[in-house]
Amino acid sequence: MSHEEGAVVGATYPPEVRERLERDAKEIIGRYPKPRSALLPLLHLVQSEDGYVSDAGHEFCAEMLGLSKAEVVGVSTFYTMYKRRPMGEYHVGVCINTLCAVMGGDQIWDELSEHVGVGHDETTPDGKVSLERLECNAACDFAPVMMVNWEFFDNQTPDSAKQLVDDLRDGKDVTPTRGPKRLCTFKEASRVLAGLSDGLAGEGPSAAGASLEGLKVAKANGWKAPEAP
Amino acid sequence: MTTLTPVLTANWDRPDSFTLDGYGDYAAARKALTMDPDAVIQAVKDSGLRGRGGAGFPTGMKWGFIPQGDGKPHYLVVNADESEPGTCKDIPLMMANPHSLVEGVIITSYAIRASHAFIYVRGEVLHVIRRLRAAVAEAYERGLLGKNIFGSGFDLELVVHSGAGAYICGEETALLDSLEGYRGQPRLKPPFPAVAGLYASPTVVNNVESVASVPSIIANGAEWFASMGTEKSKGFGIFSLSGHVTRPGQYEAPLGITLRELLDMAGGIRAGHRLKFWTPGGSSTPIFTDEHLDVPLDFESVGAKGSMLGTRALQIFDETTCVVRAVLRWTEFYAHESCGKCTPCREGTYWLKQVLKRLEKGQGSEEDLTTITDIADNILGRSFCALGDGATSPIHSSVKLFRDEYLKHFEIGGCPFDHAPSTVWGTA
Ligand SMILES: Cc1cc2nc3c(=O)[nH]c(=O)nc-3n(C[C@H](O)[C@H](O)[C@H](O)COP(=O)(O)O)c2cc1C
Ligand code: SF4
Ligand code: FES
Repeated sequence: MSHEEGAVVGATYPPEVRERLERDAKEIIGRYPKPRSALLPLLHLVQSEDGYVSDAGHEFCAEMLGLSKAEVVGVSTFYTMYKRRPMGEYHVGVCINTLCAVMGGDQIWDELSEHVGVGHDETTPDGKVSLERLECNAACDFAPVMMVNWEFFDNQTPDSAKQLVDDLRDGKDVTPTRGPKRLCTFKEASRVLAGLSDGLAGEGPSAAGASLEGLKVAKANGWKAPEAP
Repeated sequence: MTTLTPVLTANWDRPDSFTLDGYGDYAAARKALTMDPDAVIQAVKDSGLRGRGGAGFPTGMKWGFIPQGDGKPHYLVVNADESEPGTCKDIPLMMANPHSLVEGVIITSYAIRASHAFIYVRGEVLHVIRRLRAAVAEAYERGLLGKNIFGSGFDLELVVHSGAGAYICGEETALLDSLEGYRGQPRLKPPFPAVAGLYASPTVVNNVESVASVPSIIANGAEWFASMGTEKSKGFGIFSLSGHVTRPGQYEAPLGITLRELLDMAGGIRAGHRLKFWTPGGSSTPIFTDEHLDVPLDFESVGAKGSMLGTRALQIFDETTCVVRAVLRWTEFYAHESCGKCTPCREGTYWLKQVLKRLEKGQGSEEDLTTITDIADNILGRSFCALGDGATSPIHSSVKLFRDEYLKHFEIGGCPFDHAPSTVWGTA
């Protein structure tokens, strides 16, 4: 565990940022029977401000919940989604758990990492793209799986993966396979994770591809659950 | 022949399945809230529904453990952390049909007398979180959540809570610590969550699919549910086929269906290949081979053959796949996800990883096979939570079934497999 990034003592947000964050934080805290339950959402919230959990972010969470900063750091460092360095505008994950790895995820990772020139949890110098080796993302029927800012990019190949990242760096529009029409940034995604809506739930398919295979077979054969009595 | 029985997946091909219009009018919740809460619990007991999160604990019985009239608040926490490798059913379910879960939450909360419920969903699935939050918001707007639901006098608040990346938070007590704003580490049991769960109050923790199955039981009756499945494993469940199959995907079927039947429906193993090994219920369940194609996929039958039904996460690997590579990768996962609270798991998974790395590179010896089995023996039954036990499943089962393949690695001083043909684009 490294604390270099957290070494600046007393870092705080400018007043207008703080005011805005405080408003959001209070709304989130109000949803829980006990305030401390809001800690994970608040860490997502400060990540949506900075692109990582900064020193000021830790400080802010501690103040809002009446905790010591050490307590907050102890929690944030436990969870892999909280980053200790700024991630890219597009945080790109490649699933390398067994099923995806075997189906081609290992090759995708090797080629993509070389193509982009950064490794696990590293960001390109232009701040556009960061890469992460992911564990199973509950989409194994779409292997090999990639995620960008936690949206699904199913059934990838080494070429589609490189094209995807090139498009992101060129500022081209990119559409997740099961998600909204437009990809949001890492910071915008973090806001949704904090519990604040972006109004995009209605976009994208209900289900797609592999998710529908069983239902298709059932319909083709006229198979149904028993009639209700 | 067993046929598919779409219930939870039945509306997934509707473009509006995730909205109230595409789902229905919450008739089951409406009915439940006119019943006595104990009668709701009884109906779920009679249905035979067992937990769909892996362990298969009878759901109605779990609800019955919640002390009543104790003056404490009760909580329902839905476990939507879905992170067990291979498991991929709850995520598409919540994306396509979140209202089945929200309706299940209303009925379950009413039965256990909870007025506050949480859905703890893993954070790495942004669009699923949007869909859940939108479904909850829609339910509030229509008066299906909030104060005095259906004029019954029953109040319920429901919060969607995003996790932040930690497999261990799927373990129910670690999940509760995480939801309380701490590091997600398991608690000592007893006391069980039914007695001292969230904020030390009586709490039911149930899997997404368990809770989402409840409305169909209330609407159609316990007997209807129990008419599907086998004697002790009732009802339907989503079977997730992934890997080297022609049409991977979600197949909703009565418990007790076999892999042979499922593979028939999914177009078989990918063309030109044959089945080598598979997991019946995720990476924490001992692997099976083609000898097990006709094992009924229910809790008892899979258990009798030395594995576990788990989450019905059927990860299928054909003859191009190196079993040592697969086991090493799973072991790296467990080592990475071990929360570090207890020594057998923290140290054991670390050492397993080291030795397996050596084995995979062909630098091991036959003694190393004894070493990994010994380490696994030291974890199994001695670790603080079931993550440690799960880590030993791939080790023990693969050494038993594929000893020769391990030996081959150090006979030739490397992996005997070319990994390219295993990929989607690879050709053998
Ligand atoms: C390491 C570990 C991870 C788990 N992950 C999940 C999970 O993601 N979802 C889930 O429902 N249960 C998971 N479980 C099982 C839960 O502890 C618990 O048994 C389950 O949520 C109970 O719900 P059910 O009775 O409805 O199945 C996990 C258990 C362990 C040990
Ligand atoms: S078995 Fe592993 S995950 Fe479970 S408490 Fe022990 S160290 Fe943590
Ligand atoms: S193994 Fe990659 S999504 Fe499950």
